[in-house]
Formats: sequence, C-alpha cells, structure tokens
Amino acid sequence: MRDVPPPAAVTTAATDVAVRARGVTKSFGAGSSLTLALRGVDLDVPYGELLMLVGPSGCGKTTLVSIVAGTLEPSAGEMVVLGQDLVAMRGGRKVRFRRQNVGFVFQSYNLLPALTAVENAAVPLLIAGWRRGQAVEAAADVLDRLGLGDRLTRLPGELSGGQQQRVAIARAIVHDPRLLICDEPTSALDAENGRITMELISRIAVQPDRAVIVVTHDARVYSFADRIAAMEDGRIVSVERGPRSAPQQHGTA
Amino acid sequence: MLWVAWKMLIGNRVKYLGIVFGVVFAALLIAQQSSIFCGLMALTISQIRDVEGPEIWVMDRNVQFVDDVKPLADTELFRVKGVPGVEWAVSFYKGIARARLQEGTYEQMVLLGLDDATLVGAPGGVFMGSIADLRRPDAVIMDDAGYKRIWPNEPFRLGRVFEMNDRRAVLVGITKASRTFQSFPIVYTRYSQAIQYAPPERKVLSFVLADAAPGVPPEEVCRRIAAQTGLQALTRKQFIWKTIRHYLAKTGIPVNFGITVFLGFLVGTAIAGQTFYLFTVENIRQFGALKAMGTSNWTILTMVLSQALQVGVVGYGIGVGLAALFGRVVTGGLSRLSFFMPWEVLAITAVAVFVIVLLASLLSIRKVLVVDPAIVFRG
Repeated sequence: MRDVPPPAAVTTAATDVAVRARGVTKSFGAGSSLTLALRGVDLDVPYGELLMLVGPSGCGKTTLVSIVAGTLEPSAGEMVVLGQDLVAMRGGRKVRFRRQNVGFVFQSYNLLPALTAVENAAVPLLIAGWRRGQAVEAAADVLDRLGLGDRLTRLPGELSGGQQQRVAIARAIVHDPRLLICDEPTSALDAENGRITMELISRIAVQPDRAVIVVTHDARVYSFADRIAAMEDGRIVSVERGPRSAPQQHGTA
Repeated sequence: MLWVAWKMLIGNRVKYLGIVFGVVFAALLIAQQSSIFCGLMALTISQIRDVEGPEIWVMDRNVQFVDDVKPLADTELFRVKGVPGVEWAVSFYKGIARARLQEGTYEQMVLLGLDDATLVGAPGGVFMGSIADLRRPDAVIMDDAGYKRIWPNEPFRLGRVFEMNDRRAVLVGITKASRTFQSFPIVYTRYSQAIQYAPPERKVLSFVLADAAPGVPPEEVCRRIAAQTGLQALTRKQFIWKTIRHYLAKTGIPVNFGITVFLGFLVGTAIAGQTFYLFTVENIRQFGALKAMGTSNWTILTMVLSQALQVGVVGYGIGVGLAALFGRVVTGGLSRLSFFMPWEVLAITAVAVFVIVLLASLLSIRKVLVVDPAIVFRG
C-alpha cells in the first residue's frame, strides 16, 4: 500500500528517472519475530537531482538505500535503477552493475588504511580492471579537483576527517557512476567540514546524468538538497522540495 | 586487486609479522626435524654409501640391515663368482673390534676388511697416506672423526700403533668417511688382516661384494645369485632402503620425529590461522566496502588466498633458511648432531606450509565471503 499518493502533477519521463521504487517492502526475521523495515515505499529519483533521505534512526533509510544500491534484496516490490530491474537481477550481474554504475560515500569513510589517498581513490578503477598506473593517474586528477592535489601520497591516518571524506568522494566518482549513494556523509564531521563535504558533493558529484541520494539526519545540510524525502517507521511520509531545487521539479515521492 | 590485497596485508605490520611468525615456526621445525631425521637415517646407511664400486651386496638371507652381520662360509665367495652375469666378486669383512690403545684405554671400532688383491671398498677420501699403504704389514686406515674421538685435540699423525685382539695395528692413513650410527671410529684394513683382528670364529665372511656384467641389470644378477646360492643378494640401493626400513620399523625414531613435526605443523597452523583470522576480522568492513563497490566473491577469494600465499612464501623462505643455517652451524663442528637436508625435505616442508596457509585462510575466506556488503551502511 502506498503511503503518500502521487500528486496530480507532471510526472517525469521514465528515461529521466535514475531510481524507481514501487511498493518496496523489506522484512527481517519470521513468525513472531518478523520486523517490517520498509512498508511499501514508492520513490522516484531523477537524474541530475540530489535527493536527501531523512528520518530518525531505525526508520528504514539505510535499508531503503541498501536496496537501491543492490546490496540488499527487497521482500516485495519493484526496484528499477538506471533502467535495470534489480529484483530480477541475480548474483554476478548485480555485482557487475554496481561496479560500473554506483558510487558510495560511507559514513565512516571505509578507506583502506594501508593505501595512500590516491590509491584509495583509485580502488573502483582497480576493481574494474584498470592498470594500476592508469587508475592512479585518473584518481589523482579527481583528487586534485577536490582540493587534495598535495595530499596524494598521504595515508588515511595522516589526513583529517574532512580530507578523508573528500578521498571517499573521489573514490565514489572516479569511475563516473550514474548513481551516487552517500550514507550519512557528514555525521562524523564537524559543521565546517560537513558543509565543505556537501558543497563538494553538490558541486562536483551532482551531474545532469547522475542521481545522488544522500541519507542523513543532519539538518545542517538540508539546504543542499533538491528534494527531501522524510521517512518514518518504514514509510515515506513526505517529500518536499529542497532549497536547491528549481520550482518546476515535481515528481512522485 | 592482488596488489591491494598485498598492501592490506603488510599495512598492519604487527599482524603481518604475527602471521609470518606462525609459518616460520612451522617451516623451521618441520625442515629442521626432518633434516635431523634424514641425517640419522643417513648414518645408518653410511657404510653402504661409502663402499663405492660394487653394485651388488650378497649376504645371509636373514640379514635385516647393514649392521646385522650374519657370517658366511668363505666358499660362498666362489659360489657367487660362479653365477652367470657376475662380473667379479670379492670378500668384505664388517665387524666391531675392540682396540687397546697405547695409553691403555680401550675403544670400540668398526672394522672393515677389504679384499687383499683389489682393495674394493676402500675409502675415497684419504687425505693422509695412501690406500696402497694398506698392503704393508699391520696397516690400517682410520677415519678423521674417529681419530679425533680417540685422540682429541691432537694433530693428525701417521704411524700411531694400537692393538686389536692382541694384534698390532699401524695407522698408515687417515680418510674422510661418513659417520656411523654408533659414531664408532672406522678402521680399514685388508681382509686377511681383519679376520686376525676379529675374534676367532668358524665363519668370518660378512658380505660378498659383486658387480654385474655389462649389459646385465644388477637386479637380474641379484635374482640369479639368490636362486642359485640361496643367499640374499641386493643392489646397493635396495640394501640402503632395506636398512632404512628396518630402522623405521624397529625403532622409535620415526615416531619421535613424526610427533615433533606434527606438533610444529599444528602450532604453526594455530598461530598463523588465529592471527590471519584476526587480521581479516579487523578488515571486515574494508572487505564489505570492496564488495559494496562491486568486487566479486571470486576476486575477494583470490585476494585472501594471495595474502595467504604471500605469507606462506615469506614464512617458508625464512623458516627453511633458518633450518639450513642451523644445519650449517651444527655440521660445522659445533656438535655431533647429524643433519641432512635433501630436496625432499624442502618439498615436504613446502607442501606442509601450503597446507598450513590454506587451513589458516579457510576461516578468513568463509568470513569474507559471507560478509554482507550492507554492513558498510551501518555506522
């Protein structure tokens, strides 16, 4: 059952929608210990948009974004990402899809401590089979654009939190993904570094052919959103236009 | 991604060294103990090995190993000579003699009596005196280790005199020879001299040494000798393995060493396995992130296996290197421990190390293969 009926407004064309979720449900456990993490979620995320998914802890944001990323299977519903039906996709094909099309920025950076900044940023290219020299060169270019050109050979332990997150952003976009998923990218940062991080995401990561989903409960960064989808108890309870969006950007929740 | 795996591995120096230590310990213990065992086994067959030339050993059919001498009648030599395919055959005496030294002390020695005419079986490492000097009256040649055992801290000197069975023996030569299992001095003399040094017995012939005629396989000649004479005839190689098998079956040596080797294997696996697992657990979020970013399970598997293999190679190299160093030190005169590291020991140690790192990585492999990439979305 859909919680938020679609407004009678202009719906975006299918080709403009990077993510389409219909009736997505996710349950954990069985019998008396059955828990519904998602209850029939509908969501569209167009290309070129920065959507913020907000809500209290345990409302299902992480579960939803895990399903969008293809790292979790829904119990029911439809999930089409970049025109591909993720529910029907299996095993190795899903892994390849993720490798080619999705970038991640994690809350705790998840950088490899033994690799330098540029080597960390190059990881998605190495996973894709690039030669090390070429991958590092491409990563260096991205890091330079993110203002870390003079920190390429530093280990994560030698970087500040904000710098580590910038390395993580570089890693997330180095392979030019069509979908970027940021899970609480600012929660481990102070206000200033959080603002810088979101500025970088919105300025560099958001592209006309890329959709960005940011999971956050940090109200300080809401100003960077095109749209803000609020979740509660496994449902999307509201979708509002964000301060960053143009007035004509309406769509299904 | 193998490069990433390698960097992840050595990034945590403490864990890396801990894993390598486990493998080094196992490799060292397995290689060292196996080499000592091989060295001991080499001692048991040293006198067969040192008798170069004859390919066939003929003996009483109940002889179990080289020191298990059961005397033959002198006529057996001629019976062996009469077997078709035998190129030549000579007498060979082997026994334990008790020598009385000029100092008044007694010393047990291995006494080897070589054929008077041909001196077949003479040592090939004489460095003082000459084999021909054995034709002189009462002449004996002694091994260098035996000389040092009897006259420690004294320089090598020919002409020393001692007695065996109240018969005079004059040292005319010193030779390099393989140590025996009992570590007795070895004394070479003519056969006719040896039977005088030995206690009087009706039968004194220990072995008949023979060689096959050209074009006839020694194994075939052995078969003919056994069929025609009723004696036991073995090629040199067969006699070596028969002796080794006897010591393996009748002594506790293999069990003793086997237990130590097995313990080394177990402890090495435990240390390496535990440390490798801890390393994997510490990096589980990183593996989860790699999986989230699209690294396949197969790639993850090869990453973990390559880490295990790298540790195995490094640990093996250091471990056998230390074992070889140990062998070098002990055979350099520091002790009388026997040490022999044939290529088989290296191969067996390599296989053991491979199994260790495989077992050590199994738990880690399972852990990373089942890790849910969604784990990285949790704080």
